[in-house]
Amino acid sequence: MSGHATYQPTSPFMKWFERRLPIVGLLYSSFVAYPTPRNLNYWWTFGGILTFFLIAQFITGIVLAMHYTPHVDFAFNSVEHIMRDVNYGWLLRYMHANGAAMFFLAAYIHMFRGMYYGSYKDPREVLWILGVILLLLMIMTGFMGYVLPWGQMSFWAATVITNLFSAIPGIGEAVVTWLWGGYSVGNPTLNRFYALHYLLPFVIAGVVGLHIWALHVVGQNNPTGIDVKSEQDTVAFTPYATIKDSFLMVVFCILFAWFVFYVPNFLGHADNYIPANPAVTPTHIVPEWYYLPFYAILRAIPNKLMGVGALGASIVILAFLPWLDTSKVRSANYRPLYRQFFWIFVIVCVGLGWLGSKPAEGGYVIVSRIFTAYYFLHFLVILPLLGLFEKTKPLPNSISESILSPAPAASVT
Amino acid sequence: MTTVSAEPTRRDFLFIATGAVGAVGAAATLLPLVSQMNPDASTIAAGAPVEVDLSPIAVGQVVKVFWRGKPIFISHRTKKEIDEARAVDVKKLPDPQADQDRVKKDHDEWLILIGICTHLGCIPLAHQGNYDGWFCPCHGSQYDSSGRIRQGPAPANLPLPPYTFLSDSKILIGETQPPKA
Repeated sequence: MSGHATYQPTSPFMKWFERRLPIVGLLYSSFVAYPTPRNLNYWWTFGGILTFFLIAQFITGIVLAMHYTPHVDFAFNSVEHIMRDVNYGWLLRYMHANGAAMFFLAAYIHMFRGMYYGSYKDPREVLWILGVILLLLMIMTGFMGYVLPWGQMSFWAATVITNLFSAIPGIGEAVVTWLWGGYSVGNPTLNRFYALHYLLPFVIAGVVGLHIWALHVVGQNNPTGIDVKSEQDTVAFTPYATIKDSFLMVVFCILFAWFVFYVPNFLGHADNYIPANPAVTPTHIVPEWYYLPFYAILRAIPNKLMGVGALGASIVILAFLPWLDTSKVRSANYRPLYRQFFWIFVIVCVGLGWLGSKPAEGGYVIVSRIFTAYYFLHFLVILPLLGLFEKTKPLPNSISESILSPAPAASVT
Repeated sequence: MTTVSAEPTRRDFLFIATGAVGAVGAAATLLPLVSQMNPDASTIAAGAPVEVDLSPIAVGQVVKVFWRGKPIFISHRTKKEIDEARAVDVKKLPDPQADQDRVKKDHDEWLILIGICTHLGCIPLAHQGNYDGWFCPCHGSQYDSSGRIRQGPAPANLPLPPYTFLSDSKILIGETQPPKA
């Protein structure tokens, strides 16, 4: 991956500056001259989209923090104050709330892309694990943010989620009291969640830095899954990837804008416009859509400790994916069986999401159990065995060959 | 460069001793940082015992009072509810406990519970479910007229708060013995 131009400062000032802090050169080699595989498709644009939404969440979030009051007596009213009194407060809050949903949507697409094209395999294991850590951080940040408006759903989400820790044998109750700073979810809880909701995005930004660093060490995967072999296999990040990323970012923002301007509360719950009431639990409590698959796994298991354990395991197991998948071929394009199991897995994940939104009774519970079992089966049985038994298709010799003659057999005419 | 000696030297001892003191210091610094998260003095003070007058609670009625931010259910049970709770074969319950052990002696009609589902902390609804007791709307746990878990994901019976009868119509929640005057 040599041969692409490096940054050559021309003005005397930039020459002077570059010798003292070569940051422009670093940015140039990372985001301009950086060689990207020339066959990247639109599924590779979600890293850029995620970066965009992280920045959008920072900007809207810091603005909201200037108008919000983290106290049980004022939190709900301060959010209504943002909605009604603050100039463009409604817009900024809807952007923040729907931006979180878009962030998760983009993250899930990004992860499924990684699974389809085997982007977690050698040498990208650390890159993938950093991604799993980012998902965990996003889940924690999103949860704490949801608590801040101090509506009914906020309060009961805080109660149910913190109570997950009470399943820990022996010390569970002490841990939960420690998390609450009281004998129940109350003002100390809200106050610390606010502090942590402000802190964690900076941790996310730090891990994103590591994620991008690791990416630039090992290079991007691509739809063929084979390594870049020569300069002919690559194009420069700018303008090629920059333009492609920007285009899909705009398309994705149309979806974002549709939610913000036309159905800003579609993804939320009406109950959260009722102030928190510790005496009454809402009749149907469900988390935000992006937690539903995990929630379905939690509820599928009739034992409390095992349910919480399965919930945790469903996320932690992702970190072991690079070693659970035994196939040497990365891309599902050349793995006819894996490709089918991949789509079954996608359907199971979406299905778990749907089940998570349904009441935990009757047929829903039975289907949740089947899907939960399949979720773990996919990682623990199907992926290890597929690598041993699957007959994969022949790989092209290089990325440029796969583009110039996509199907050698068809090029007879 | 110094020669490596097989025997521990005075310098090795100094390294280990310094490291040990440093580790103790780090742990001591961590203590206040962790401890500040626990309930503070005002929260503990606000968790003092509360007195409840039972006389306005009619037979069959369940009232909710708060102690330490937790809802406390006070159920004035009907004869039918008591009989049902006692007719059950205790050994077959998920969390076996006799109804007699869940109420105070000679006050069988008063069932005092912490109204927090033992699954994930929602508040069960009174007079619902299949066992003349409580039903949790979050994940479908059902409790009987003694507050015992009968069905659903909750692992245990609704817990009993510490309380004591000050008189036949007055209880003190948060203490197991009447305070000495």
